[in-house]
Amino acid sequence: MQDCTAALIQLKPRLGQVAANLALIREQVERTIEQGAELAVLPELALTGYFLKDLAPEVALSLDSPELTSLRQLSSRISIVAGFVEVTPDFQFYNSAAWFEDGELRHLHRKVYLPTYGLFDEQRYLGRGDRFRAFDTRFGRMGLLICEDMWHLSAPYLLAMDGATTLVCLSSSPGRGVDGVELGSAAAWRTLTTATARFLTCRVLYVNRVGYEDGVGFWGGSHAVTPSGEIAGAAPEFDEALTFVRLAAADLRRERITSPLLRDENLCVTQRELERINRERSR
Amino acid sequence: MSPLTMNGPLVRRMLVGFLQDEIWKVGAKRAVLGLSGGIDSALVCHLAAEALGPENVHAICMPYTSSNPESEAHARLVAGASGVHFSVVPITPMVDAYFDQFPDADPMRRGNKMARERMTILFDHSALHGALVLGTSNKTELLLGYGTLYGDMASALNPIGDLYKTQVWQLSEEVGVPRPVIEKQPSADLWAGQTDEQELGFSYREVDQLLFRMVDQRATADELVAAGFRPEFISTVYQKVQNSHFKRRLPVIAKLSNRTIDRDFRYSRDWGK
Repeated sequence: MQDCTAALIQLKPRLGQVAANLALIREQVERTIEQGAELAVLPELALTGYFLKDLAPEVALSLDSPELTSLRQLSSRISIVAGFVEVTPDFQFYNSAAWFEDGELRHLHRKVYLPTYGLFDEQRYLGRGDRFRAFDTRFGRMGLLICEDMWHLSAPYLLAMDGATTLVCLSSSPGRGVDGVELGSAAAWRTLTTATARFLTCRVLYVNRVGYEDGVGFWGGSHAVTPSGEIAGAAPEFDEALTFVRLAAADLRRERITSPLLRDENLCVTQRELERINRERSR
Repeated sequence: MSPLTMNGPLVRRMLVGFLQDEIWKVGAKRAVLGLSGGIDSALVCHLAAEALGPENVHAICMPYTSSNPESEAHARLVAGASGVHFSVVPITPMVDAYFDQFPDADPMRRGNKMARERMTILFDHSALHGALVLGTSNKTELLLGYGTLYGDMASALNPIGDLYKTQVWQLSEEVGVPRPVIEKQPSADLWAGQTDEQELGFSYREVDQLLFRMVDQRATADELVAAGFRPEFISTVYQKVQNSHFKRRLPVIAKLSNRTIDRDFRYSRDWGK
């Protein structure tokens, strides 16, 4: 596994302005290349903005669209992961994230858990993904999650069982909860990312956007978590930022020796019990 | 500590960011607001001055002949403290010209007319300065419907619509609203001696505690009674929220087509911004 410098690109997409967002993404990725990054991580729906509603089909991109082709080509110089609305040849629409590397599409993840409660309404407009699969990259085996996916314990668990050593979570998380020392949603996310990293002895890269849409402020605060659950580098809250973090195989090795939780995890027990639960539930 | 107590610096930062982002991205840089001399507009004025620079904020005081002179003095105090442009546009001539035709109009009609007269002045100045109109209604009055539809409730952006009155007081301390404005009795100032709390029949601090539990925490009626709220108070407030809901919605459109505005034609307001 190769060490790597990752850039967490915390930006402010414009709602529904794909061309402008693509230009912004390309510009930011170029900057991270100049500064020596080998992996550029962008937020959920970085190409489109978040509260799309009926705009979703209008801004959706097919995997062979000029916009995604442009990012794919750029990935011959740096690995890139970015979120967008995907349209399939049979006109299904997904909240997707693509991992481009060496000029190719290495992996596509379609958000599985679409929040549809409170201020969220994703399932009204978008289709659900149906799988969590780890995949190999230049920097080891990765797992992709899109925002709400990470709030479902099974999702990062499956990716870790599938061999992912780094979990990359793309997010558009609205800031809310102002009665504490920290912003409520920020504190909740940091608890989640650090605990997940620690449970699974995985790295977590969390990249959130900033900017406001219809009064909702996305809080940023992108960060990297070590396999021991420490925050190793973080962007400021609410402001655009480029944050560089070094991912070293040695840190992962050390933690997996110290806390052999994954080694001891018993997939057979989990599987047998899940099958039993499923059987009993469907009676 | 009250559950309504907020992280003041964090809220200030989020609201300043909100004003900057939402105003700048539509290609504007200025804002206009009505400065009544009360605490809500004072808070918005301070936030706007911080967000946009005081030179980009136009505050207008629009007194009627029966307005308490103290209100205009307090508006001047706020404008001075925040450094924004300040002007006075009395509404007496226009309002009186209208009611000369309807001399029997009751105080509610007169109050609503005044609020709507002020709205037209603000939107005219919006065009004059290329500025967006800032709303100054707080969450308490929005929920209770204690405002005039298309009057003081009309605006392009409202930075304080998710803050209860109790929280407006707290944040006003945080941003440095002048003390006399923080300490005085809230009043719509439609007639001498009027106060909001007298007219509503309960205090803001009291109703804010109830609304917070009812709306934000979705407490059931039983839980509210158990928390010490009188059943009549709960029901009065619930009725006010329910009966004023039309004020918080767009006008109802009769559905005919497959895509009716706001029902199955849904876009964010910030569409393309």
